[in-house]
Formats: sequence, C-alpha cells, structure tokens
Amino acid sequence: MIQVMDVRKVFNAGRPNEFVAMNKVSLSIPRHEVTVLKGPSGSGKTTLLGILGCMARPTSGRIMLAEREITSLPERFLTEIRRTTFGFVFQQFNLIKGITVIENVILPAYPTGENPAILKKRAMELLSLFNLSGKADSKIEWLSGGEAQRTSIARALMNDPEVIIADEPTANLDSRLSKEFMEIVSGLKEQEKTIIIASHDPIVYDSPIVDRVVEMRDGKIISGI
Amino acid sequence: MIFRPPIIALLCGSIIVSLMLVYSAYYGVMIVRRWDISSGSELQLSLERKTYLLSTIMSYIMAFQLASFFLFIFTVDDIHALFVGAMCAAGTLNVNRFGYPTVILKIVNFLMAGVWLIINYTDNRAFDYPLIKKKYLLLLAMTPLVILETITQTSYFLVMKANVITSCCGSLFSTETEGVTSSIAALPRIPMEISFFVCMGLTLASGIYFYLKQNRSGYIFSALSMATFALSVAALISFISLYFYELPTHHCPFCILQKEYNYIGYVLYLTLLGGAVSGMGIGALMPFRKITSLSTIVPVIQKKLVIISLALYMIYASISIYEMIFSTLRLEGY
Amino acid sequence: MNRINKHRNILDFTLSSLLRRKRKNTALVLVYILVVFGLASVLFSTQALKREACSILQRSPEVVIQRLVAGRHELIPTSYIDKIKDVRGVQTVKRRLWGYYYDPTVGANYTLMVPDDPAVAEGTIVIGKGVARTLRAEKGDLLPFKANDGFFVSLEVGDIISSDSELVSSDLVLMNEGDFRQITGVPAGYFTDMVLSVRNVKELPTIAEKIRRLAPDTRPIVKDDILRTYETIFDWRGGILLVILAGAIMAFIIFAWDKASGLSSEERKEIGILKGIGWETSDVILMKFWEGTVISLSSFLLGCVFAYIHIFYASSALFEPVLKGWAVLYPKFRLIPYIDPLQLATLFFLTVIPYTVATIIPSWRAATVDPDSVMRL
Repeated sequence: MIQVMDVRKVFNAGRPNEFVAMNKVSLSIPRHEVTVLKGPSGSGKTTLLGILGCMARPTSGRIMLAEREITSLPERFLTEIRRTTFGFVFQQFNLIKGITVIENVILPAYPTGENPAILKKRAMELLSLFNLSGKADSKIEWLSGGEAQRTSIARALMNDPEVIIADEPTANLDSRLSKEFMEIVSGLKEQEKTIIIASHDPIVYDSPIVDRVVEMRDGKIISGI
Repeated sequence: MIFRPPIIALLCGSIIVSLMLVYSAYYGVMIVRRWDISSGSELQLSLERKTYLLSTIMSYIMAFQLASFFLFIFTVDDIHALFVGAMCAAGTLNVNRFGYPTVILKIVNFLMAGVWLIINYTDNRAFDYPLIKKKYLLLLAMTPLVILETITQTSYFLVMKANVITSCCGSLFSTETEGVTSSIAALPRIPMEISFFVCMGLTLASGIYFYLKQNRSGYIFSALSMATFALSVAALISFISLYFYELPTHHCPFCILQKEYNYIGYVLYLTLLGGAVSGMGIGALMPFRKITSLSTIVPVIQKKLVIISLALYMIYASISIYEMIFSTLRLEGY
Repeated sequence: MNRINKHRNILDFTLSSLLRRKRKNTALVLVYILVVFGLASVLFSTQALKREACSILQRSPEVVIQRLVAGRHELIPTSYIDKIKDVRGVQTVKRRLWGYYYDPTVGANYTLMVPDDPAVAEGTIVIGKGVARTLRAEKGDLLPFKANDGFFVSLEVGDIISSDSELVSSDLVLMNEGDFRQITGVPAGYFTDMVLSVRNVKELPTIAEKIRRLAPDTRPIVKDDILRTYETIFDWRGGILLVILAGAIMAFIIFAWDKASGLSSEERKEIGILKGIGWETSDVILMKFWEGTVISLSSFLLGCVFAYIHIFYASSALFEPVLKGWAVLYPKFRLIPYIDPLQLATLFFLTVIPYTVATIIPSWRAATVDPDSVMRL
C-alpha cells in the first residue's frame, strides 16, 4: 500500500541546529494490516508518520502510495490524496473547542464542496456507530474522555478513508479506554482498513490484532521490517 | 495638483499595488532561478509556500486594477468643471499628455493580470507546476508596466492645474489655457460599422470552430478576440455611444458610465474586458497544449474560456444592436 | 455547485470562529468603525458643504465687474455704467453697494448691503439671524454704528431675515443708501462693483474684451470662474483634513497587521488542526479572506451609517470647532444629506483596501503552517 524508500528528513539544513529526524528509512506498509511504530520520543516515529500520511515531504528519498509516486506532488494534490485516503487520530484528540461534536466531525469534508445536507447525514451515521448520536449538538468541552476519543475517530472516518493513522492514541487514556480503543481498531480492521499506529504503550503493541511492530531509534528502523 | 479625496485614494492605491508587485517580483526572480519540483529541500518547500502568497497578491491586484479603472474615470469626470471647456471625463483626460496613456495602461495591466491568473489556474491543475517559470517571467514583465502606470497616473494628477481666477483677470484671458475640447478622433461611421460587425461575426465563427476542433485555430480565435476588443471600443466611440446619448455629436466613451444612462457603460466595459481576457488567455495557453501533464487540462480550460469569451462578446453586441434599433436616433447621412 | 458549497461551508466556519474570538475581533471592529466614521464624516461634510455652496453660487450674477488700482479693489465711479451699458450683448447693468463693518463690541464682521428693490427705509435696517443672535437684538431695537467720520449713527431694526437663508444672510445688515454712505464714507457718485447679465452666454468673451477696452482698469469675473475657484478652495480644505487623518489610517493599518499576525496559540492550534485533518493552504487562505471580508464589510457599513447620522442629523457636532474657526457669526443650518457612489468608492479605497493589504501576508503566514505540526502540539 505505502512504500517509503531511502527517505531522509532534515530540519534546519546547513545551520548549526541541523537535525536529522529520519535517516535513510525504507519501509513498506501492506494493506488491511495493523502496523505499529514503536520507539522513544525523538526516534523519528512522529516524522515517519507524517510522511506516511502525506502530511510532509521528505528531504530526499521516494514515497509510493498504491504504486503511484507521490514524492514531488505539490501540496494541492497531496492534500487531496490525504483527505480522501487517510484519516487521523491524534494524541490530544485535537478537537476544535467552541463548536459542536457534529461540526467537528464534518470539518474534514468542508473543502470538498459537497452538499452540506449530505455531509450532515453521513456524520450522523458515523456518530450513531459510536453511540454518540445523543451528543451530536453538544459542545466539545462537555464530553468525557471516552466520548472525545470516539468523536475524534468518527472525524477520522468522515471522508471514508482507506488508511487510519493514529499518533499515540492511548497516551492520555486509562487502561479501560485504551482497551476500548483497540477494540474499535479491531472493528476497523474487519472493515478492511489499513491501520498505522505510533505508540509506546504495551496495550497497543502487545495486542493480538497487531500484525507487525516496527521499532525505531535515532531516526532509523532497528527491527520489524 | 488638485487635492481631492478620490485622487489621493487613487494615488495611494496605485503606489501600494506597485510595491506589492515589486515584492512579488523579488520572489519571482528567486523562483525562476531556484525552483526544482523534484527536490524536497527546505528552500523548495518555502518557495512552494510562497507561490500561494504570490497568486493571492495577483488576484487582489487584478481586482484592484478593475476597480481603480472605473474609479479613475469617475474621478476624472467629477473634476471636469475645474477646466475651461471640459465637458466630461474625456475633456479632463485631454488636460495634459498623461491622461489617455494612464487609461490605456490601466486596461493593459488589468488584461495582463487576468491572463496571468488564467495561466496560474492552469499551472495549478497539473502535478508538476509545468508553467511555473514562464508564469513568473510574465510577472517580471508586468512589473515595469505597473510601475509605469503609477508614474503616469501620478504625473497626470500632479501636473494638472485647475483654471482658477488669477489676479489680473478671469481665466477667460489666461493665455496658457485654451479651451480643453473633448476631441476624440471618431472614425468614419460606415467603414467602422462594417468592420465591427464583420469582426464580431468572424470571432463567433472561429470560436465555434475552435470549440469543436480544438486545434491550432486557437491562435486565430485569440487574435480575432483581441481585434474585436479594440474594434468594439473604437465602435463604441464612433457610433454605438451616439445611440445611447441620442446625439449625433456626443462621442464620449465615458459618459455612459454615469447614472443618467443607467450605468450601462459598466456592463459594456465589463463584458468587453472579460471577453478580451478570456480570448487572450486562450492564446496564452496555446503553446502549452503539448506538455504532457497539461495535455488533458488545457483543452478543458480553453473550451470554458471560449464559451465565456463568446458569451460576453455576444452580450456586448446584443446590447449595442438593441440600442441601435430602439434608440430614437437615426443616423442618416452622418 | 461544488464551488458554491465550498464557499458556503468555509464561510459558515469563518463566522463561527469569528464569534468564538469575540474579544479580539471586537477591538478590531471598533477601531475599524472609528476610522471609517472619521473619514466618512470628513468626506460627507466637505462634499455636502461644497454642493450647498455651489448651488447657492449658481444664482450669482453672470459677470461681476470690479475695479482694480495698484492690484487692490477700488470703488467704481457711476460714469462707468453708461460706458458699459451700451456694449452690444449686455442685457442689464446694475450697480452694487456693499462693504464690511467691524463691530468692536462683539468682535464680529458684518456685511453691509444696499438693496435696490425693495429699498430699506431710511433710519432702519434689516439684519440677518447671526447678527440678531450675537447682539441679542430684536425688532424695534436701536443699534449704533460708528461712521467713518467718527460719529455714531443709530439705526432701528426693522426686520430680521428668516433663518431659511442663513447660509448666505447670517451676517447681513441691509440698509438705506444714505445711511450706508454716511457710515462707510463711500462718496456719492461711487459704488462698490457692477453686475451684468448678458443675452447670450457664448458671447461672454467678446463682451468682456470690449469692456476691458472701454474700462481697462476693471476685471470681469465670470460665474464659472467663481464656481471653479470655490471648488478648489473646498478641495484644499478637505484635502488638508484628509492628510491629518492619514496618520489615523496609518495607525489603523499597523494595528490591523498586528492583530492579523498576532495569532493566539489557540488560533494557531486550530489552523494546525484544520491542516492536519485535510484542509489545504488555499482553503485556509479562503477562510482568512472571508474573515477579512466580513469584518471589513460590517465595519464599513456601520462606519458610514454613523457618519451619515453624525453629519446630517447631529450637524457635525464633533467638527464644529474646526469648521467654525474664528467665526463669531456662524450660521446655524442643517446640511442637505448627500452621498454619491464616488464618495463611497473613495472611502472604500482609503479604508478597506489598506486593511486588506495589511492582512494579506499575515493571513498567508498563518495558512502555510505545516500539517504535521499538529502532531507536535
């Protein structure tokens, strides 16, 4: 599904604070599988996640998405691809405060120009999947931890993407909610989605539904290819 | 100089636009020299980000050029009373030798900004920014023209002096000012009418042909549409405006922008300018049909442009013909 | 349809985000309204005053003949009338008798005038509203005038000119010819200037030429000249006020730039999230564009409305001290409301466009945040 070849990502190149986040990383993410990126902070897994998710361009190297080269695509096209192919779940949920649950869920679809009524319908369907229908018009601030988590997953699914990317999804959750999260992931896997998770939480990387664990350290992959 | 708010607004606006364009030109040079789409370096990424800013600036410049063109005409018309013999905007523009050049430069800059935006739109649809360097070379070419317009407009306003009472006598006898007549060279009517309608017809025909065939006839259509623009303006001065004014001697192309004529001038000028920009855009895109990444994009855009251009010119022609038929003026023997 | 929906959706989000940041946006909108209000007030009032003055001047005589000696205004002897009356094309010639009178008790200047028809009775005067107000004079009061020879002449107030024409009559004192000559010392056989009416306006140059030959020490002033000169004077006055306000506009631009650049961390985070979940740079720029448009349009509208009320209903209450200057006899009048598209366009160019330009770069900078920054939040 996704292939990165000899990818390097350098920040502040040529300056005294030059920092090599990723150093010649090559990796292949197969379809319909759950891949976990494991490693301490600063290992480059967040950077790798960004590159896999078409959020950033590598300094050098090549990326293929479904056999199509996307390395030098301008942002316009990259975003288009990202919007339709990927859904993101973030560590801090990153829901926008001050607007309602359903508005948060519809947000990724705003730029597509689709009919707002259709978008609303789709969002309601997603919310009901996660038992959040009753909370559709509540403000984000009033949600519990679990509800917020499910909202952010619903948002990730808004554009019906093939790949779900999660960055440290359980870092701020207790064990119960973390296990709940992995159950949702297992449900998504059954729907034939590809899932990539960056985590250093054992509940995640030791889970039976995980197909592969890739370990990273200092910008390099040290095991799991 | 005449110190009126509209004039101050025009001068300040013009200077701001020139500065924005010089700023853009600076980055344009950088893009032309250092752009490399296959590189992932930070310089390349920052250049790509910059292009968003530069196209935003260009869109605003185009909108401003259009607005300032009409504001200029309005302002110039408003001050006509200050000059002996000036009946309307046309008279004021004759006050010194910078008047008409300013108008022409404003139109030219608007058209160029429009063409740039069309090229930009096309370039953005392709995966590899194939036209990026040519686009910014065009921007560099535009910069001196815009600066020239600012200088000309400023000179125009700075040099002009109202005919006020002098200590010895009224302005009737001031020897410097002879009456400023609005003498617009109006070309002979019958040849003008024929050329105008023939050109319109040819443009329509070549447009339809190009729409169907999508081949090199695009160059012909583009050239014809530009000729139509020029001829339409000349025709407006020569005979079309007469029907609006219902006066065989009133050749001024600016008075139809006034309230008395229901602001019909705006519709006429906007359709002409729109038609010209789309037509020129087609010509500008013609050399790029063969580029691989654009091979599917350019024809689609060109088709849309043909429709827009023809539609606008037809609106112009219809309004003119309508007025010619239904006006109470009959130009026999003039 | 796609594009319209996209605009609708983004506009929707923009409105909600504007309302979410009320404090910051309220400050900006208030300053914006103030700037538009100030500028609009200046433009509306100068334009309305100019129109008022010009419409009154339309009724002034076609030609005024003045006599100049050593570059200064001199009295014209009556014999000149006969000379000029016979010039072909001249319809009527009228002599005018008028002058200024300084009243030291109130520090005011009056314009003394001798009307021909109807003439004022000897010993009485008709005064303008401004004079009446300043002297607190009423019908039947006796007002003393110091004559040129040092003696005082007492004149009775016969009537007070109604306030409908205050703009031109406020400082007028109409009197009888005999009283006038006694007070001002203008000798018999002389008068202040002449007014002509001609049959055919197109013949003015020829007629004026002939008059100059007959009376070389005179200068004819044509109505159009007066109108033109007045317009220029108004322009200068208005222009100066505008230049003073230029400082305010500059401060406003800097303020706008600052507000646009100074994104709170909350805002930065929000844009980062938007980019992370699939918004493109041009989508964020579009959102910023709508933000600017909503703010600009509402401030512009409100500023203009307030200025309109200020000038035409509150009679420029804030500008009165500036406009009055040293004038003691300031006429009380209501300006006729008048705005035209040119004024509004000028206002737009002087306020909305600088604001927009000031926010282009900050908006772009906010929009080009990296999408993966959301993961480093």
